[in-house]
Amino acid sequence: MSRVLLNGNAAAAWGARLARVDYVPAFPITPQTGIIETLAAWFASGDAEGRMTTCESEHSMVTAAAAAAATGVRVFTATSSQGLLYAMEMVFAVPGWRAPFVLVNVSRALATPITLEPDHSDVLAARDSGFLQIHCASCQEVLDSVLLAYRLGEDPRVRLPVIVNQDGFHLSFTREPVDLPDAAAVDAFLPPFDAQQAGFRASRPVSQAVAVLGGSPYSYFRYQVHLAQNAALAAYDEIAADFAARFARQHPAVEAYRCDDAEIVYFLIGSLSARARLAADRLRASGLRVGVVRPRLLRPYPAAALRALLAGKRAVAVVDQNLSMGSGGILHGELGGALHGHADMPLLLSFVGGLGGREVSDGEFAAMAREAFAAARSGEVPEARLLYTAGELRELRKLQAVAGLAPGSPR
Amino acid sequence: MYRIRFHGRGGQGIRTAASVLGSALFASGREVQDAPRYGAERRGAPMSAHVRAGRSVIVERGAIAQPDLVVVADPTLLAGGVLQGLSAQSVLFLNGSEPADELRTRLACPGRVVTWPGAARELEETTGVAIGALCAGGAARLLGVISRTTLEQALLAEIAGHGSGAAEAGRALGLAGFDALADSAGMVGEGVDDPGAGDAPPDWVRLALDDASLAAPDVFREATSELVQTGLWRTSRPVIDAALCSRCSWVCTTLCPDSAIHAKAGEVPQIDYEHCKGCLVCVLACPPHAIRALPERQPATAGNPR
Ligand code: SF4
Ligand code: SF4
Repeated sequence: MSRVLLNGNAAAAWGARLARVDYVPAFPITPQTGIIETLAAWFASGDAEGRMTTCESEHSMVTAAAAAAATGVRVFTATSSQGLLYAMEMVFAVPGWRAPFVLVNVSRALATPITLEPDHSDVLAARDSGFLQIHCASCQEVLDSVLLAYRLGEDPRVRLPVIVNQDGFHLSFTREPVDLPDAAAVDAFLPPFDAQQAGFRASRPVSQAVAVLGGSPYSYFRYQVHLAQNAALAAYDEIAADFAARFARQHPAVEAYRCDDAEIVYFLIGSLSARARLAADRLRASGLRVGVVRPRLLRPYPAAALRALLAGKRAVAVVDQNLSMGSGGILHGELGGALHGHADMPLLLSFVGGLGGREVSDGEFAAMAREAFAAARSGEVPEARLLYTAGELRELRKLQAVAGLAPGSPR
Repeated sequence: MYRIRFHGRGGQGIRTAASVLGSALFASGREVQDAPRYGAERRGAPMSAHVRAGRSVIVERGAIAQPDLVVVADPTLLAGGVLQGLSAQSVLFLNGSEPADELRTRLACPGRVVTWPGAARELEETTGVAIGALCAGGAARLLGVISRTTLEQALLAEIAGHGSGAAEAGRALGLAGFDALADSAGMVGEGVDDPGAGDAPPDWVRLALDDASLAAPDVFREATSELVQTGLWRTSRPVIDAALCSRCSWVCTTLCPDSAIHAKAGEVPQIDYEHCKGCLVCVLACPPHAIRALPERQPATAGNPR
């Protein structure tokens, strides 16, 4: 094992290298491109053995990934933002093939307006596809999660593709110390992919992923993916425990920080959780019992684990770095669904923040906790809030003044 | 924890500067985080890079709001808010040779200011990606916790990917920057443990519904790009030599991606330096090679109009 400075993109590439991936179909997009460039350089130099195909689109890339996985080889690919959306037809189609592979998504906000900076609207658009989803908050987690993802996706109980998500810029371009595990230790944790009967061979033709007529067989096959996702919950706990025993790093399905005695909890995913942890430390120093709950696994949804962690808390400030227009924050809605109807559950406050890379300030984290304490005292939950300041609105109005008004517009 | 913010332009090696400093600090036993932040991913566009170095695992992330050291790659960047978050304890280091106290007064900078001392003035003539190595060397000396050998190894390791010539040049310049600031060694101190502790409560507002015509990101006013002085992005300046220009009037004017060259039939064209961003497409395209590239720093002369 060695400790080196790696950014999230390099950590993802190292994960693929240590997993000894056989095949990487690729298409570039900021801020993901560093991953496939790194792998391409290793394949060219012989530092890693594998084949890369540069595809003409992400749609073809995901198709190639799943088709190769169906032959029983280990496949890695990566994309981001509009690229993931361009692939979306196949993202929803391939989990039903039951051919596991790993896709690293580097979160970047979606158009319109177009931007380069991160939020989770891209990866959450794939939420209902059948891919498993692991969300990372550090570069170490990116590397480790790629390894965990192969074990999980290839597990005979699961057999599904996995998205490992990291935040653009805040992880993808940020270098920090990462423990590089020894290749031999990784080999022991992650043996070669055994596709069992599923390995497609030209000499043994089968028709895969066929059409069905009627809702009855359709329901069966779709529900099987759902059941495989549910089976992945227990499988994940076992695999993460094995990983912890071998590498001494804990990556639970749900990370709980200073939660045991907390009255108020921040609930969020990804690297923004670092700010929440610092805020919790600060508030505790002033005598307020605050913690952080961060699901790493978002599909399957660890509902029972979340209920166990949140039972007895007074209020939860859910910070959604995404927006489902016409509904609100996606994490907030999902958490409500998981907690509703169970005894002893906290109030849920909804905050939407960090869209398109907007910073969420330390002052805002403190203010969210204050609102959560106030809600806990009064029993009244405030209206959902977009984190947006008067100063930001003034700057926006200046931009609009420069842009001018549409001809014939009402103002 | 040390918090260091670099300001530069695409093409000045600022990302490399941050990784050189990050690697040198890591090799000196610190926990490190370093990250570039880009706006427009273009040569000449302003960008920044952020380095944190602490004694224990670093939790905080993102842009550095309260830097202990700000490094500015050239004087043209001083107009762009690079002083943000500087306090009386922090240090501003400019890759330039204006006397430090004059600069401090001119900018009304609350912190201490460092520029190249008289004997090292020529360092500011450095151009291109090598500026990053130079700035990293200077910054390493100002922190005072990085040895010359450690810096040298970091320079070679981080610049190796740019080719052996670049690595050798970067090593020499980085060490020159380190040596030139001997008198200021260790003047940067470690900042507060938790800069977020004093953060003000937000003045949140609730957005109201606007008319759809206002709420779509459209630009109706004409020629708003004139408002953006992309001329400030320039690190090299194209200059037309009237004696060589054949007055074709169309090649440079058509190919300039910023429409910054204007010509009347039969006359030598004029370059609009407020908007020419220094991409040098025109230099490559001019058939009789009548356009030369000069470093932007070169003072205005008859052959180098401002
Ligand atoms: S392309 Fe060259 S020759 Fe033609 S007008 Fe421009 S400067 Fe003159
Ligand atoms: S360098 Fe030449 S082509 Fe580029 S913006 Fe300036 S005038 Fe136009």
